[in-house]
Amino acid sequence: MDGIADMGGTDGWGAVMVPARDEPVFAEPWEGRAFALALLTIGRVSGRNLDAFRHALQRLDRTAYLDDGYYGRWLNAAELMLVDSAILAPGAVDARAHAMRGEQVEEPAVPEPSKPDYSATGPGSLREVPEPPRFAHGDRVRAHDISPAGHTRLPRYVRGHVGTVELVQPGHLLPDTHAHFQGENPQHVFTVRFDSRELWGAEAEPFVLTIELFDSYLEPAS
Amino acid sequence: MSTSAERLPPSLRTEALEQLLTERGLVDPAVMDGFIANYEENVGPLNGAKVVARAWTDPEYKKRLLADGTAAIKELGFGGPQGEHIVVVENRPTRHNVTVCTLCSCYPWPVLGLPPSWYKDPAYRARVVREPRVVLSEMGLDLADDVEIVVHDSSAEVRWLVLPERPAGTEQLSEEELVPLITRDALVGVAKVVAP
Repeated sequence: MDGIADMGGTDGWGAVMVPARDEPVFAEPWEGRAFALALLTIGRVSGRNLDAFRHALQRLDRTAYLDDGYYGRWLNAAELMLVDSAILAPGAVDARAHAMRGEQVEEPAVPEPSKPDYSATGPGSLREVPEPPRFAHGDRVRAHDISPAGHTRLPRYVRGHVGTVELVQPGHLLPDTHAHFQGENPQHVFTVRFDSRELWGAEAEPFVLTIELFDSYLEPAS
Repeated sequence: MSTSAERLPPSLRTEALEQLLTERGLVDPAVMDGFIANYEENVGPLNGAKVVARAWTDPEYKKRLLADGTAAIKELGFGGPQGEHIVVVENRPTRHNVTVCTLCSCYPWPVLGLPPSWYKDPAYRARVVREPRVVLSEMGLDLADDVEIVVHDSSAEVRWLVLPERPAGTEQLSEEELVPLITRDALVGVAKVVAP
């Protein structure tokens, strides 16, 4: 899907931040708590997985994604996964937050959990792919010009563009199906090299971009 | 999630979520404390600096690092989440590598720790794949026109680590003396390492 998370090449964000040498890992204590809660939520508590977490991040609206920064969006995506698995009722977190402030609120009942009947075949995401890779170093490939309804790791800014295969990476499970508990579908992953002018037009700054693309995102280009 | 009509502070919502899960025994606050302490104290860019200092002083190690980053990094004891497959790219006088994750903020945690705010900021994610020379200049790194810039967008599970150039004037320094010169920003590719 084409949510707010797919930011490559988009305009309107202003200047980049200038790096600070001694920035703390967590700017405020709640950020560390949100980080740890999200890590525990991803697999153990929600019964989902890292790709489902990334998809939850993609599904956040602009406010939920941006307004409380990186760990704010982690918190919101963790909550979304917990509601998806019926570990929490919708609105349960806000209701508890109001109650903690001493306000009179009725908290929703704890629902009957409904975790996906699905588990990964092993740890991590590297998988053996029995078939030989479809493309080799130097092959010209085109990224599909598609806009899938569900999860994808094919960013908008490379769709429809032609690049060359730079590296054949080890096989990975496919996030597009794993995020939806529809199987791992391991595939070869290719590091594809694009010329900036292919992506952004003749007036673009000259540079090279590489990106990892799954086999099913690609077709041969002449 | 809070609606825009009535936004609760994330600190309060985090506390509420932690309370909801702990009271049902679904998370253990002590386990959370352990995760936080690990990334505050152990897993950070010092690990990446040690890898680079070793590569600068041991040519055989450097060969292994460029051939199989994950294995060579493991030799120094570093691995774990977001480090399943690390690929190391070497900066040269005429080629400068810089890394990003436009879709989220993927980052090689075992060697760099958790990402800094500028890396997670929309402006960096959006712009470094479109006008890297301008972005690097805004961040304080001006590259000559004949330097080729290669931007690596980590869209899958490959995590990129930049092996910066060893600065002139450091030939006499030992591996241990080199480590503190090597910054996180140089390991992502938005800065160079400078001699003391």
